[in-house]
Amino acid sequence: MNVTTKTPLTDKDFASDQEVRWCPGCGDYAVLKALQRALPKMDVEKEKLVFVSGIGCSSRFPYYMANYGFHTIHGRAPAVATGITLANSDLDVWVISGDGDGLSIGGNHLLHVLRRNVDLQILLFNNEIYGLTKGQYSPTSRVGTKSPSTPRGSIDHPISAARFALGAGARFVARSVDTLQPHLTEMFHRAHDHRGASFVEIFQNCLVYNDGVFAHFTDRKVAADRQLHVAHGKPLLFGENKDKGLRIKPGTMRVEVVNLGENGVGEDDVLVHDETDRTVASVLAALEPPEFPVALGVLFCKPGPSHEDALATQQAGEAPPPGPADLNALLRRGHTWTVA
Amino acid sequence: MVVTEAVSAPLEEKSGAKVRREVLSVVVRFAGDSGDGIQLTGSQFTMSTALIGNDLATFPDFPAEIRAPVGTTYGVSAFQINFGARGIKTAGDEPDLLVALNPAALKVNLDAVRRGGVVVIDTGACTPRSLRKAGYEGNPLEDGTLSPYQAIEIDISQHTQEALGDFDLSQKEKLRSKNMWSLGLVYWMYGRERQPTIEWLRAKFAKRPEIAEANIAALNAGHAFGETAEMSGGFGGYSVAPADLEPGVYRTVSGSEALAWGLVTGAGLADLRMVFGSYPITPASSVLHALAGLGEFGVTAFQAEDEISAVCSAIGASYAGALGVTSSSGPGIALKTEGIGLAISAELPLIVIDTQRAGPSTGLPTKTEQSDLYQAVFGRNADSPVAVIAARSPTDCFEVAIEAVRLATKYMTPVIVLSDGYIANAAEPWRIPDVEQLTSIPVKFRTDPEGFLPFKRNEETGARDWVAAGTPGLEHRIGGIEKDEETGHISYDPANHQRMTDARIGKIAGIADDIPEQSVELGKDRGRVAVVGWGSTYGPINRAVTKLQDEGVDVSHIHLRHIWPMPRNLGDLLAGFKHVLVPEMNAGQLVTLLRDKYLIDAQGLNKVTGQPFKIAEIEAAVRGLED
Repeated sequence: MNVTTKTPLTDKDFASDQEVRWCPGCGDYAVLKALQRALPKMDVEKEKLVFVSGIGCSSRFPYYMANYGFHTIHGRAPAVATGITLANSDLDVWVISGDGDGLSIGGNHLLHVLRRNVDLQILLFNNEIYGLTKGQYSPTSRVGTKSPSTPRGSIDHPISAARFALGAGARFVARSVDTLQPHLTEMFHRAHDHRGASFVEIFQNCLVYNDGVFAHFTDRKVAADRQLHVAHGKPLLFGENKDKGLRIKPGTMRVEVVNLGENGVGEDDVLVHDETDRTVASVLAALEPPEFPVALGVLFCKPGPSHEDALATQQAGEAPPPGPADLNALLRRGHTWTVA
Repeated sequence: MVVTEAVSAPLEEKSGAKVRREVLSVVVRFAGDSGDGIQLTGSQFTMSTALIGNDLATFPDFPAEIRAPVGTTYGVSAFQINFGARGIKTAGDEPDLLVALNPAALKVNLDAVRRGGVVVIDTGACTPRSLRKAGYEGNPLEDGTLSPYQAIEIDISQHTQEALGDFDLSQKEKLRSKNMWSLGLVYWMYGRERQPTIEWLRAKFAKRPEIAEANIAALNAGHAFGETAEMSGGFGGYSVAPADLEPGVYRTVSGSEALAWGLVTGAGLADLRMVFGSYPITPASSVLHALAGLGEFGVTAFQAEDEISAVCSAIGASYAGALGVTSSSGPGIALKTEGIGLAISAELPLIVIDTQRAGPSTGLPTKTEQSDLYQAVFGRNADSPVAVIAARSPTDCFEVAIEAVRLATKYMTPVIVLSDGYIANAAEPWRIPDVEQLTSIPVKFRTDPEGFLPFKRNEETGARDWVAAGTPGLEHRIGGIEKDEETGHISYDPANHQRMTDARIGKIAGIADDIPEQSVELGKDRGRVAVVGWGSTYGPINRAVTKLQDEGVDVSHIHLRHIWPMPRNLGDLLAGFKHVLVPEMNAGQLVTLLRDKYLIDAQGLNKVTGQPFKIAEIEAAVRGLED
């Protein structure tokens, strides 16, 4: 028996020889680095990794990875990725998308890849703007966003990526920020561990067209008070001294922020995160400043049968190609007759 | 006994015993409400006809509405079959027998019937109300409407209910067996065995045996009626001898079935798994239905969320080393256009089935047309050539599908296969091939990392290597963005784009050297008139040319399978004819291509009525050519 010892992979093994061409200071660099750092620890085979993207700044991502990569067409990466898993479910497929690519032109495909629970990871880079087409407002832009196509401010209400995913039936939904390296890496690990469609929304800063759009909760000065880092089984606490929490306001179904130690409120009064509950996840995903902090981390994780598993139970998975005998039998099914 | 063409066979016999009249071929049309089970009736009659050994061709003609309001003309469903002791190439110009189960069916179909043909009408369905609903001001049974025909007026409704008197079914349920009563009568007319239909009914209604038995009772009653009733002076029915078919094992097959099985067989011959991404659309869904449930044959049939996802999932599958196939009709193909462009740019195998239907936008979804030829050949942004091939008949779909697999995998290109609504739904007998005897399709995946360049081309074919994602050592990136001619890296170099564009065009053009030279179906390879067709006009053109040749007319039939690129000798071949006539069920698409490519004065014969060409229409056009 041959025993092969694999040399441990490092982040450099996942970097292609192509020069990265994002704008200097773009948040995409940080996400790329975080993933290249996370992958060596995931026990993955380099050749099994496939990065599939659509169109947009973030969709250039596959060119910078030293794995299989397919830069497809605008919005369609989930559909191409689904086909890849249908052909070979051993492949480790990552979909890279943005807010325009995933939630506007490709919204339908994102909806369906999530509800089908195809076994892949989706990283949605949300910068609330169209970068590659030079700065038009996107489906996640807040009302009033001034852009070349909305000089008087946008009037469309933004979509929440995480709530969209939860509504579509996603079984894994997480959120992170481009600048939170260790947190990002952890989210990638969790997403990869989950069998089925894993959706990670990454708040990513566009230095050129939308700089500082997330500063109200990512800025160092406000981060502690405006970020709620959730963890399964742990109380929903935030603030510099972890002295703020969430609870259900007595006599209502509303969530409110409470200060521990005030009005007799103690840690026992604070809600505890249950990542297996879709309702909890929906509430967390809906929290918005200034009244609430932004929830980050694994909002929801409740594994169920993946698309591949369901196909396999119907013996519709990956049977080998048919031989002549099989085909002759197929063609002769049903009524036949012989002419002598 | 005298064998005559049915078209001139009189119904009356001299007085005396019932005698079966032997005829060479017959056209029968069943018509009724879309809820009357006309298509089932037709398919059962088709099966019995096939089993008796006749050659045949069918034409199911039904409305887009699933259950249009009862008794309306727009809710009429019809099924036409032409069968005979000779080779049958079309579903027939004019029915010799029309079975009309209500006044609306009579109203819609009577004009098509041959003058002197037989019309069986259910008088029980001809109430004043239903006649008005069908748009009759008078009563066609009394006002001479039927006088050009031989009418057989039978209260089929009443007879069916009487036959089912003992069954514990509502009157409405009993009336549902009217179609089987009529089928029984027509079985008697043509001397058919009822047993296969009886078995089929028992299997179909296995969970409701009382329904099966009621239908069988109706079928038997209709048959007995024919045997015992006095009809038109001793009419004893017809006899159609078996056709002189090549020995072998046969079945009936529709175009969609043959296409589906051809794809599975092609994939098998290439030793590939197949991923079939599709979105429901009339009249293409039957291909999806035929492939769903063939998991054990290496087929994953995927009903995507839309047409775009359908084509993109197929492209993803090809990227991962399976054969990616997608299927739709014209409007759906339009949605797939950008995806097809991606497969052209990424140079991946992709098969796109277009079961054409009539009209722009939604058009006439259940009616047939050949108007997607431009879309197939030209319908994409930029210089984006693909291979285009077309099936001529239901059975031809099998070979065409295999050819599509061969071209897509050998040339790493999308191949568009043109079928149409007529071919998809029509059925004909098929001599089932022995797959052991078919030529295998050699597909070699690249696995050697030594010297690997993703877009380096094979010198002979111009195709790049096919690498299944997941192959160790060959990790690379591809995409729809223009790429370096060897490394596949993003390239904005102007000279590189020129070379890549030329290479993509050259690769497709080169297929012309890998397909057979264009042959002549019928007639000489030079002469006065060439009738040039493609797709489902094959039958009517072939019959028309045969008839004209029998009269001594100098005319040949040429039929294209390879639409793009065209066979390398086609220009020279067509140049040998004084007239080139191109019948098409569109406003003139192939004819434009021929005029453009070969600078010849080809003339179109065009028709877009949602109905196939009649033999007589093509004959007339050839006769009308003036020197």
